[in-house]
Order: sequence, then C-alpha cells, then structure tokens
Amino acid sequence: MIWFVSLLVFVMLASAIAVLLLPNMLAAVVASSVVSLALAVLFALLKAPDVAMTEAAIGAGLSSLLLALALRRLGLWRLDDDDVN
Amino acid sequence: MRNVSGLLFSGGLAFLLLVIATHLPFGQPLMLVGSDIIQASPHEVGSANVVAAILLAYRGIDTLGELSILFTAAAGVGLILGHRASQNVPPTQVKNNSGFISQKGIELMIPLLLVVGFYIIFYGHLTPGGGFQGGVILAIAFFLPVLVQSDARLDHNIISIIEGLAGAVFILIGLWAMFYERPFLQPFFNGLFAKGTLGELWSAGTLPLLYLALGLKVGAELAGLLATIADFSITETQGSLSEDDTQ
Repeated sequence: MIWFVSLLVFVMLASAIAVLLLPNMLAAVVASSVVSLALAVLFALLKAPDVAMTEAAIGAGLSSLLLALALRRLGLWRLDDDDVN
Repeated sequence: MRNVSGLLFSGGLAFLLLVIATHLPFGQPLMLVGSDIIQASPHEVGSANVVAAILLAYRGIDTLGELSILFTAAAGVGLILGHRASQNVPPTQVKNNSGFISQKGIELMIPLLLVVGFYIIFYGHLTPGGGFQGGVILAIAFFLPVLVQSDARLDHNIISIIEGLAGAVFILIGLWAMFYERPFLQPFFNGLFAKGTLGELWSAGTLPLLYLALGLKVGAELAGLLATIADFSITETQGSLSEDDTQ
C-alpha cells in the first residue's frame, strides 16, 4: 500500500515537473492531466470514490479540454516540435 | 542569497508539516458527526449512496445554490464572449490541423462517454458518482467534436432548451414536495416514486429524477460554456487573420 502510494506521488511529481520542462505545449497539457489522474487514483485508495470521480472528470477531463482550447486560441496546437512556422 | 533563503524556508516548512503529519493518525476519522447520518440515511431517504442522500435530500437547497452558481458563471461567460459569435463568420477559414487519428478516435470515444455519463447519473443514488460527475462527462462528450473539428458547432438553442427544462424539473420536484405539505425539496415517497428496496435502481423516491435533472443541467451548462469560448476563439482568430490579409 505505502509503496503504491509513493509510486503515485512520484508519478504526480514527475509529471508536474514535466509540465514545466516539456517543449511541446500539447504534451504539457497531457502531463498536467496525468497529475490529476494519479491524484484521482490516490483519492480512490483513500476510500473517497466520489471525490476521485470528480477529480478524474473535472481535473483530468474538463480542465485539460480548457487548456487545449486555449492552445488552439493561441495558435500553439501542433503535434510536432519542428512544425514551428 | 534569495535562492538559499527560499530553500531554507521551504525545507523548514516541509519539516514542520512532516512533524505535524507524523502525529496525526492516518485514516482514522477525527470528525464523528457523519456517523449519525450514515446510520440514519438509508432508512430516512432509502438511498444506498450516502453522498447522494446528503446532496439531494438533507442539503437539497445547497445543491440548487450550486446550480445557480454554475448558471451565473455560464451566463457571465455568454454575456462577455457571446456577442462575437452572433456575427456569423463563415467557419471554414480556420485550418483544421488536429489530424485524422484524433478525429476518428473521438468518433469512437463519444458513444462510450455517453454511456458512462448516463450510467453515472442513473446509478448516482446507488454507487459513487452522480449528477455532477456524469454531467461533466456528458459535457465532454458533446464538446469533443467541437474541439477537434474546428468547423463543427454546437446548437445553442437545443442546449438552452435542455438546460432550462432540467432546471425547471429540479425546482418543480421541490415544489411538488410542498404540495404534500413538506418543506421545499424534501424527498417524499408516494405512488410511482416509492422508497423501494435499498440498492435497487428504482428506489429512493424522487432522488434519481433529481439526479437526472441535475446531470442534464450541468452537462448542458458546461457544454454551452465551452462552446461559447470555442466560438469566440474561432471568430477572434478569423478576425485577426482577415485584418492581416487586408494589411
């Protein structure tokens, strides 16, 4: 149990740092949703399934959709790094 | 020097938090008020999910307040951003660069998301989940094509009709309880909406109907809000593009 929780916390920390370091904006959005997904698993482990579902739906789903929409608004939605105009 | 002091500060803060955390019993409830509600709610409300019983039965007016907060947020976004979408700019100018794989993948995802969303709403009084979570998943299902295909639009008229009907149903159920000389939004059991057996789908009186209204309202509200922002971004980008062309 404690090892799984430490692994989850490690994944959350690693993807939160990856949000800062990734050069691709879309990949950074995906990494920020991975943080919420690991947090949702952590909530489910702590016997809070309602909070876990809310975190998975809003944190991993809706907020990354909003960030992706902002990327399209700013013209940063591209899949390759070398596609810079 | 500032870096060193910041490091010292965060290190000291982490040490203090660790010291506090080692003294807390992990996983044992400090708050014991909820045990009474956990004991009483299956008999009083008939809902197997205690969270649903609290959200819709004991604190129904709070949920109505949350709905009105969401409505105010959506109305504010529509008021600030909505007027540009009414100028009817042809939506074909934006280059669609989201790719073949993501378009086809989303076509496969939408039925799955709809089924999961409605399952979470309909079983909200039995299993964890409910109107808010299922509504968010429905909103994502309706919004994904708008995100990927930049020429797809959501029909705002249908969305506002669904939203208004769902909100009206929520309030009408509350008023229906007053018809039986009970307080507003208190759950009641008669006729079609019987209390039923604990744990069956058709149980807990009006709670499933309230959760369905809540989920549809949240889903329509959030989908409309996101679509308003997306329309704004499309028209705004086209405006700047056409300005560039004229220069």
